[in-house]
Amino acid sequence: MAREDYEVVIGLEVHAELSTKTKIFCSCPTEFGGKPNTHCCPVCMAMPGALPVLNEKVVEYAVKAGLATNCEISMDSKNDRKNYFYPDLPKSYQISQFDKPLCERGYVEIETSEGKKKIGLTRIHIEEDAGKLNHDEYGRGSLVDLNRAGVPLIEIVSEPDMRSVEEADVYLKKLKSILEYIEVSDCKMQEGSLRADVNVSIRKKGQKEYGTRTEMKNMNSFRSITRAIEYEIERQIEVVENGGKIDQETLRWDEVSGKTFSMRDKEDAQDYRYFPEPDLVAIKLSKEYIDNIRKNLPELPESRKERYIEEYKLTEKEARMITSSKYLSDFFEKGVEISNNPKAICNWLLSDVARILNEQEKEPDEIPFMPEDLAELVALIENGTISTKIAKDVLEKMFETKEKPNKIIKDNGWVQISDEGAIKEVVQKILDANPQSIIDYKNGKDKALGFLVGQAMKETKGKANPQMLNNMFKEAMK
Amino acid sequence: MNITELTVHELKEKLDKKELTVSEITKAYVDRINEKEKDVNAFVTTLTDEALEKAKQIEEKLSHNENLGEYAGIPIGIKDNMCTKGIKTTCASRMLENFISPYDGTVVNKVINEQNMIDLGKLNMDEFAMGSSTETSYFKKTKNPWDLSKVPGGSSGGSAAAVSANMVPWALGSDTGGSIRQPASLCGVVGLKPTYGLVSRYGLVAFASSLDQIGPITKDVEDSAILLSIIAGHDEKDSTSMNIPKKDYTKSLKNDIKGLKIGVPKEFFGEGINEEVKTSLNTAIEKYKELGAVVEETSLNIAEYALAAYYIIACAEASSNLGRFDGIRYGYRAKNCETLKDIFVNSRSEGFGAEVKRRIILGTYVLSSGYYDAYYKKAQKVRTLVKNEFAKNLEKYDVLLTPTSPITAFKIGEKTENPLEMYLSDICTVSINIAGVPAISIPCGVDKEGMPIGMQLIGKHFDEETILNTAYTYEKNTNFREKYKPTFKGGAN
Repeated sequence: MAREDYEVVIGLEVHAELSTKTKIFCSCPTEFGGKPNTHCCPVCMAMPGALPVLNEKVVEYAVKAGLATNCEISMDSKNDRKNYFYPDLPKSYQISQFDKPLCERGYVEIETSEGKKKIGLTRIHIEEDAGKLNHDEYGRGSLVDLNRAGVPLIEIVSEPDMRSVEEADVYLKKLKSILEYIEVSDCKMQEGSLRADVNVSIRKKGQKEYGTRTEMKNMNSFRSITRAIEYEIERQIEVVENGGKIDQETLRWDEVSGKTFSMRDKEDAQDYRYFPEPDLVAIKLSKEYIDNIRKNLPELPESRKERYIEEYKLTEKEARMITSSKYLSDFFEKGVEISNNPKAICNWLLSDVARILNEQEKEPDEIPFMPEDLAELVALIENGTISTKIAKDVLEKMFETKEKPNKIIKDNGWVQISDEGAIKEVVQKILDANPQSIIDYKNGKDKALGFLVGQAMKETKGKANPQMLNNMFKEAMK
Repeated sequence: MNITELTVHELKEKLDKKELTVSEITKAYVDRINEKEKDVNAFVTTLTDEALEKAKQIEEKLSHNENLGEYAGIPIGIKDNMCTKGIKTTCASRMLENFISPYDGTVVNKVINEQNMIDLGKLNMDEFAMGSSTETSYFKKTKNPWDLSKVPGGSSGGSAAAVSANMVPWALGSDTGGSIRQPASLCGVVGLKPTYGLVSRYGLVAFASSLDQIGPITKDVEDSAILLSIIAGHDEKDSTSMNIPKKDYTKSLKNDIKGLKIGVPKEFFGEGINEEVKTSLNTAIEKYKELGAVVEETSLNIAEYALAAYYIIACAEASSNLGRFDGIRYGYRAKNCETLKDIFVNSRSEGFGAEVKRRIILGTYVLSSGYYDAYYKKAQKVRTLVKNEFAKNLEKYDVLLTPTSPITAFKIGEKTENPLEMYLSDICTVSINIAGVPAISIPCGVDKEGMPIGMQLIGKHFDEETILNTAYTYEKNTNFREKYKPTFKGGAN
């Protein structure tokens, strides 16, 4: 049997750190970084006698996320303790939600090459993050940093509804953009504020029951997630094809070797001994509270997309790509506000900016310049100061040096030559050197004109105004 | 005048009339501690030098008419499971032998920082408040001042013994299943467990979060009302503390209970209850009738299941609450650990005593998958039934009257080999914690060996006033404190 004979089943558990100012059960800051153990108090360090108090903002943010993903919001919810020992978990239990999550039964609509599809959400619940262990590279021990302990998280559990790597990738991107749009998480994957546990199984096409799944924990880049799923599918098919069976186990994806490794199997599965958190009271929400959050929900990617098509005449594809990231979309809108040339801003963002980001394996929010800088670049092309070709070099420099386009052009002497006399001189020089091209052109070979313009650009290191060159060559060869 | 025999309200009166100074009072208590502590072993940490120093400072401030608390300069003892900044908080455990809290708990803050009371020391207890005799303390065995060969009860045995021995004028205890009331009963003093949610638990090292309450242990009922007024009140740091208006509980002390309806649940007078205890309680009941109360027999038939439910719920919560003592951030860490697991396992094996381990294991078991429904979930259902049963009775009666402890103080070592027998000491008290209602224990007599017998009065949620007045009226019309005093006998061991 071949890969085509198998169906892939993927489910994701996504953890997103909420961007509340303070932690979930105390008033310590949630800010990333900071010297170890400086964003801590008796509560998040689990000093004897300290008690948690639920940050109401966390509930609000989670409800927002639930509403933005079409969930039913529970009016009667509670916190539970999940018990296990680990040095980064100071209380030796994580306050989470077990059988009464805040949000249930939602979905996220995705669009892939196969068309539109709804990915079901089982639940969204609130919980606290753990601290971090810094392992001494010389093996002298490990140090515990509790700055992150108690940072609020939502865990978004999908149904096993995805059937391809592409669907998983698009789902995660869509989910990320939704969370960014409603401003509940900054979703910085490199800082670990968005991470996913990926469940993968395979089954023969047409088979009703799911295959045994494996779980890969704490993945925090799109690239490793797609690579890991690819690898895991291949591995599982190979096991089954060779007459083996898949073990239900937790795997660790190793980015360097590009392989998964077993962390622990079902045999030593932890018993978390969940029970209701007696230090907190039940979370009771009123209909008014939920309606009020619903009313004030910010514009979601879907409706922004429609607006861009309508207002800025972007194509459906362009609008979808721009709105895939809130940062990109906000960047686009600010750029448009200044330059008033939506098409140009959009083209730059989706072509050259996207290409460079891709090459550097960066996310849109890592664009090192401001929307006004891109608008400035577009204006410089519009007013003929630089050619589009030079503009591409300027953009590269903007990524490198973070300087303003005007300064880059000045520093590099890249101002476009639009002086008629100077251009005439170049035109004449090129014509003199290429008599055959003149004959070709006159014989109707339009390509010859392109060649001559190209030669002139080369001569001027790309600085000559291409439109003027075009016109002058035509004039001269009349 | 023997200063240490006075109640706090008497001390306060003499301070106000300038018949006594803060230093004189503190000095008297320090002397008493120096005299009696070697026999009683009530303290884990004594703060006698610090107390004398603080007394001077307070006197100085008072002489400048500085606005201190109403009870500024009154000494107090604090059970060693309440966090005190800069002073060891050990929970009488090897695990926290050298633990110094970086913060003051809410109640400690109220009495020490706001009221400016003088902390005489941290009082001994059963390890992590698990026990009924204070014998599970890692450090020492506290003796009952009425007979030094006997236990003071527990887990707040140090607090009750210190009050009884006049080493502190009053003390703070904590009560999860009887830990204030039972030692108060065994030591012949007054112990009040407030309604769950009346007093903040912030800074009380948790044993069983849904049952724990801090409360006063005092010489008389008036002092109990005074201390309760100080420590009660909503705390935004404790989500389970109720937001209700602050009260002055002394206003409820009317010395009048005419028409009061008292229910006497017959289950609390059955098998296992000592005959002398029953007799003493019956005498008290007659007294109440004489004072104008209407006393009727009633039934709390669910009470017998309450003890089982209690040990499941309390141990389940404890197994989780005590997880933080893992040897990583503070507390005891075993030496020569090779692996992370060694740190966890060895530190906890060596840092906890047998009773604590027994309860952690029990609690872990009842929460584990496959057993949760049969134990924890069922216990929660029993809890609901117990609550309902109490609610039903307290609709009919203003107060329920029972013994506090089925027996009087027993010999040190008598029950340590048999945990189940020890657990039965709580038979009369645990159901009150399960129901979350308030109860007070006051002395009502002695047995033929002269050991105190306690009477428990149970009230409606947040109706401490009625049980305080009921207790007060009895106290005013009998004279236990004048008739009986601890003798410190049996000390030659």
